Amino acid sequence: MTAAISHFDIDAIRAEFPILQQQIEGNPLVYLDNAATTQKPKAVIQAITNYYTQCNANVHRGAHHLADEATRRFEQARDTVAAFIRANDRSEVIWTSGTTEAINIVANGIGQRLQPGDEVLVTEMEHHANLVTWQQACKRSGASLKVAPIHDNGALDTAAFTRLLTDNTKLVALPHVSNALGTVNPVKTLTAEAHAKGALVLIDGAQGIAHGGVDVSDIGCDFYAFSGHKLFGPTGVGVLWGKKAVLQDWPVWQTGGEMIARVTYQESTWGELPNRLEAGTPNIAGVIGLAAAIDWFNQFDLTAVQAHERRLLDYATEQAHSFDGLQIVGTAADKIGVFSFLLEGSHPADVGFLLDKQGIAIRTGSHCAQPLMQRLGVPGTARASFSVYNTLQEVDALFIALKKARQMLA
Amino acid sequence: MNLPGYEDIIEDLAFFDDWEQRYQYIIDLGKSIPKLAAEQKTDELLVPGCQSKVWLLSHTKDGVLQFQADSDAVIVNGLLAIVLAAYHNQTPARILAFDIDDYFQTLDLERHISPTRGNGLRAIVAKIQGLAKQAQS
Repeated sequence: MTAAISHFDIDAIRAEFPILQQQIEGNPLVYLDNAATTQKPKAVIQAITNYYTQCNANVHRGAHHLADEATRRFEQARDTVAAFIRANDRSEVIWTSGTTEAINIVANGIGQRLQPGDEVLVTEMEHHANLVTWQQACKRSGASLKVAPIHDNGALDTAAFTRLLTDNTKLVALPHVSNALGTVNPVKTLTAEAHAKGALVLIDGAQGIAHGGVDVSDIGCDFYAFSGHKLFGPTGVGVLWGKKAVLQDWPVWQTGGEMIARVTYQESTWGELPNRLEAGTPNIAGVIGLAAAIDWFNQFDLTAVQAHERRLLDYATEQAHSFDGLQIVGTAADKIGVFSFLLEGSHPADVGFLLDKQGIAIRTGSHCAQPLMQRLGVPGTARASFSVYNTLQEVDALFIALKKARQMLA
Repeated sequence: MNLPGYEDIIEDLAFFDDWEQRYQYIIDLGKSIPKLAAEQKTDELLVPGCQSKVWLLSHTKDGVLQFQADSDAVIVNGLLAIVLAAYHNQTPARILAFDIDDYFQTLDLERHISPTRGNGLRAIVAKIQGLAKQAQS
């Protein structure tokens, strides 16, 4: 099996992740919770250590060597991200604490412009971060929240999506990839449709970013939000990318240092992008770590990475078909990285617990998508999610452990 | 309701030497505890803070508190049986004096009762202790 998996050396990749080398309760750790967060390669850990050991200083304002060096690395990271997602302009890359904050910056801005009669369109597969935020923005402004339905297999009902787009739709927010089901949305087409109605489009890229090949110019969306920690980078740092034309007069998010142009006791004026949306001292180490993660990821042939992930998912799906009592939740034709399932007659929490006792790390529950679980009529799911460093043997280990769990719960 | 006493549970669990046997015992315990009827599983009885749903029913009889609990997850049900073995049919004073952390440590199940664990067993214990305080006052 292993010979066929890739054009890259999986053992060498795994060796770069110190955390993967450990045992859990006497079993080798099998980490299949990558949709929650990915592990960090040495290059990222080293970049963060280097920052703190070589050039820790506040950025943009220092008049000394360390501050210059910290600022250089920090701003270089912006170039790295801009290139990674094919942004037209580096000032379109706004540092945030993560996807959630990025979405909130957009919601805060548009919330001030929404009026009764306006509509915001989301989908049934949203993560709470891309649902609650809009739900609350609508409540505050009197706008209506519309929810585009999914099919039972977890694919978006694109015909219904189209019908729900109206001249009143001010914003469409949808995930690139569903965190709970792995469904990949046709974001480019949907963006074009939304634009034809004059709506802005935000893509929640929390899950989409880690699989590579995100091209915001090609998608054509107005905003793309993602977190560093699902892309081999540190927690606490993320990105809001937005088209310059849209972002440059966007209502400010937090106010304070860095984001201003001139300040008097009574009045302030705001700075230019990206600073106007980045109040206060940023997560400098996080930003530098994220850039290191992207550099690390960029060394691979993207086609090989995607083929490897595809193979892991296909292999798990194949195994599932011959595993009695296992129901896959989410079987959209276009799907990536996520294997969500139920074991007949068992609660996902029980399954997850018994897998954990065998060293298999998965996630169980509603995956921050309670309405989606209700829509699917399930109490939650067990979710294994794959990344570049996972192997087919680990998929085998998952099914061996599942067999034991099924036996014990029977 | 026919629950093993907590001394029995301590004795039984001490007998097993691997995790499979221990958790098989907990699973079997979970399957054997009396279930609540569907109409008893009301939202008011739901204990928040659990990944699986947990319902706790209680009443006072002759100065002791009686409990019935049910969960849609079987391991949680087994753990509930272990918790109720300590609390069911006890006076409020006994309930409040009982050292649940020590009990779970003796059972080598302390991770289930730890405040950082997301399964909500801690929330059940807090709820039972709250009911005992209420009954006392």
